[in-house]
Amino acid sequence: MRLPLLALLARGPAHGYELKQDLEQLLGSAYPQPNVGQIYVTLGRLEKSGLIEGEDVEQSSRPNKKVYHLTDAGREALHAWFEETEDEPRVRDEFFMKLALAPQTGLADQIALINRQRRQYLNTMRDLSKLAAAESRDNRIAQLLIEGAMLHLQADLDWLERCQEELEEPE
Amino acid sequence: MNDGSVPLLRAEGLVKTHHGGGAPAHAVRGVDLSVARGEFVAITGPSGAGKSTLLHLLGGLQRPDRGSIRLDGRCTDSFSEARWAVERRKAIGIVFQFFNLVSNLSVADNVELPALLAGVPPKRARAEREELLAELGLAGKERSMPGELSGGEQQRVALARALVNHPPLLLADEPAGSLDSKGTREVMRLLSRFHGRGQSIVLVTHDARLASAADRVISFFDGRIADDAVLDGAPPRKQGTAGVLELRD
Repeated sequence: MRLPLLALLARGPAHGYELKQDLEQLLGSAYPQPNVGQIYVTLGRLEKSGLIEGEDVEQSSRPNKKVYHLTDAGREALHAWFEETEDEPRVRDEFFMKLALAPQTGLADQIALINRQRRQYLNTMRDLSKLAAAESRDNRIAQLLIEGAMLHLQADLDWLERCQEELEEPE
Repeated sequence: MNDGSVPLLRAEGLVKTHHGGGAPAHAVRGVDLSVARGEFVAITGPSGAGKSTLLHLLGGLQRPDRGSIRLDGRCTDSFSEARWAVERRKAIGIVFQFFNLVSNLSVADNVELPALLAGVPPKRARAEREELLAELGLAGKERSMPGELSGGEQQRVALARALVNHPPLLLADEPAGSLDSKGTREVMRLLSRFHGRGQSIVLVTHDARLASAADRVISFFDGRIADDAVLDGAPPRKQGTAGVLELRD
């Protein structure tokens, strides 16, 4: 959450609740609604590390609100963020270890493991399809997020299929 | 037995071996399968697993070496080719990967032809065609020739053709297999919509996104059913769908 919040502040100063709303609008219903408490905690940490600065603004009949703006160090951190490429997603390590170790333990069957894992992926795929149908088609960012998750799952399912082809006992 | 307890489709002990040039290929090796009325079943698996052969057996396009198929309680074992052709006109609609439209007939004629062959009066065939094409977003394309349409549009025409006689069962063999991702989503949306109105569907696909539109997914490997899972949308999991979409810090 740290860098997305910094990125939102690159446009200009804002307070915590505004940032929450901006995130929601950008990412749509696809993204788990950011918890406002979590946003305030993150803003506090960003301020402590000197990446943003907050100013109290008085409000009549309500407690002061804090409006944050980006510092030079914050802008620098954002440049570095955009500069970096990200790590590749990894194969589901934990499932892979189960698959690799099952035969030696005699406690689980590889094909049964694959089948169970596939059921879960398919159910998640179904949930994602429903989410994509429910999200506005005009929210391209949200649609791309869901499509990305679906394509990753598709790759995981393809890989399970390969495992099953290789590990299925020939008659 | 009442209507509710007779499956729309029931296959028992289906076996099919292809005898081509080389060694015999065991495409389907003992399949039992039951499809209830209103059910949407997807069959997935790697290419060469025999899933298309299975679908062809279910639609009478190929005959099994062994085993038996019941359509709505009727045993098809002694059906002639001509009798199967009648079933495919009235009781079973089929869509294929490469659409298989008649290339020298217009869109309208492609859709109306099966209705006319089934003895529907021309006026009603036209009304059915108009309604389906409008529903599938193809109004205005009636006079186009299939070759003038995009792949996605051709598949929608094929879907209209398959459904024009209101068959209780729709068989779909890789219906998005030659479409781009937009076309795939369109097919998925339409299958879901018809299913929502009670259409029974058996779909063969290697695309898990498409398969996830079904109520039930059968994993087919090496001529056999390896798993048969009802998708309930409420899997036991730690994080829920949100976990898949979580953007990390």
